[in-house]
Amino acid sequence: MKKCLIVDDSRIIRRVASKILFELGFDPDEAEDGEKAIEAVRIRMPDVAIVDWDMPVMDGLMFVTALRKLPGGDKPIVIFCTADNEVHHIERALDAGADEYIMKPFDSEIVRSKLTILGALD
Amino acid sequence: MQPDDFEFLARLLKERSGLVLTKDKGYLVENRLMPVVRQKRLKTLAELLTALKNGEAAVAEHVVEAMMFKDTGFFRDWKPFEHFRHTVLPNLLATRKAKKTLRILCAGVSTGQEAYSLAMILDQAREAWAGWTAEIIGIDLSAPALTYAATGLYSQFEVQRGLPIRMLLKHFQKEDDSWRLKDAIRGMAELKVWNLMDDLFPLGRFDVVLCRNVLPYFDMQTKFAVLQKLGRSMSDDGVLYVGLHEPLSGVSTSFQAVNARLGIYVSGRAEAAKIATLAAPR
Repeated sequence: MKKCLIVDDSRIIRRVASKILFELGFDPDEAEDGEKAIEAVRIRMPDVAIVDWDMPVMDGLMFVTALRKLPGGDKPIVIFCTADNEVHHIERALDAGADEYIMKPFDSEIVRSKLTILGALD
Repeated sequence: MQPDDFEFLARLLKERSGLVLTKDKGYLVENRLMPVVRQKRLKTLAELLTALKNGEAAVAEHVVEAMMFKDTGFFRDWKPFEHFRHTVLPNLLATRKAKKTLRILCAGVSTGQEAYSLAMILDQAREAWAGWTAEIIGIDLSAPALTYAATGLYSQFEVQRGLPIRMLLKHFQKEDDSWRLKDAIRGMAELKVWNLMDDLFPLGRFDVVLCRNVLPYFDMQTKFAVLQKLGRSMSDDGVLYVGLHEPLSGVSTSFQAVNARLGIYVSGRAEAAKIATLAAPR
C-alpha cells in the first residue's frame, strides 16, 4: 500500500484528506505542522505528501524545502493544498519543490485527478 | 413527476436529440429543469411540462439543451490525452507531412474543456506543425454550453479537475476566483451548434474524433447511427476516442479497437499495421 502524509493544522482537513486518500488506496499518516511532518518523514518517507501552507511552528513552504534536502526527500510527490490561490503563491510553491497545487476548497475528484496526472494512481 | 409526464419528456428528448431518458436517470430531470422553470418565470415543473405539451417551441429548445448539459473536464481521464500527445499526434505529423493539415472533431464538446485540452497539447508541439493548418472543431447541441465555452472563463473547481497546475499558470489568467483561458488557446477551437443526429458531411473529414461520454445517453440504434456517421466523416486511418466505459464491440462495425479499455479506436478501413502503431506503448 502506498504511503501518504497529510500535513495540515486543521484537524478537519486532515480527516477529510485522509479519508479521500484512503479510499484511493493509500495508507495515510497525519502531521499538524511542518516540524512534526519532518519528524514523520524521517521515520517513514511517504510516496505522496499533501501539504498546507499556513501552519504554526513550520509552514508548508519551509517543510517542502527541508524535505527535498533530506536523503530520499526527492522521491515523494508533493501536492500543496492551501487556500492561497494567487499566482505568485503557486509559483513559489512549485519553485520550492512542489509537484502540484490544490486550491481549497477541494473534493475527492480534484485529489484523484491530480494524483492521476502525476502517475500516482494505479 | 407523473409516469405520463416522464414518458412525454423522454419522447421529446429522443425525437429532438437522440438522448434516452431512462427511469434511473429520473433524478436528473428536476436538477436540470428547475433552472429552466425559473428562467421562464414559471413556478413549478408541472407548469413547464404544460408549456411543453402546448407545443411552445422555445421552451422545448431550452429543455433539450438543459438535459444535454454534460459533465466534462480538462484532460478528462488523462491517459487518452497522453495517448493523443505521445502516439497519435507524432503519427499524424509523419503521415500528413505532404498535406500539412490536421483536423480534429470534438463531438459533444459541451463547455469546451476537452477541445481546449487538445489545443494546449497542440500548442506545446507548435514548432512541429509550423506552417500547417490545424483545426479543432467542437460541436454540441447546447448553445448555452457553447456560449460558456466561448467565454473561456472557468471556476476554480473546473480548472482543478484534470488540469496540471503548470498548464493553468501558462494558459490562464486569474480573474477574482475564476480563471480565464488566454486567447491563444481559445482561438484554436471553433465551436458550432450541431446535432449529432444531423448530417456531419458539411463539417468535412477528420483525422481524430473525440466523442467521449456522449454515447451512453443514446439507445443502441442511435449509437449505431451516430458511430456510422462519425466513421464516414473520418479519414481511412482516423482515430476515435470514446469514454473509458463505452466499449464499441457489439455496437458498431465502423471501428477497430486500438485500446478498448482507454476507449481508443481506429476507422474500420485502417490497415492492421496502423492499429499496431497506435497500440504500441510509448
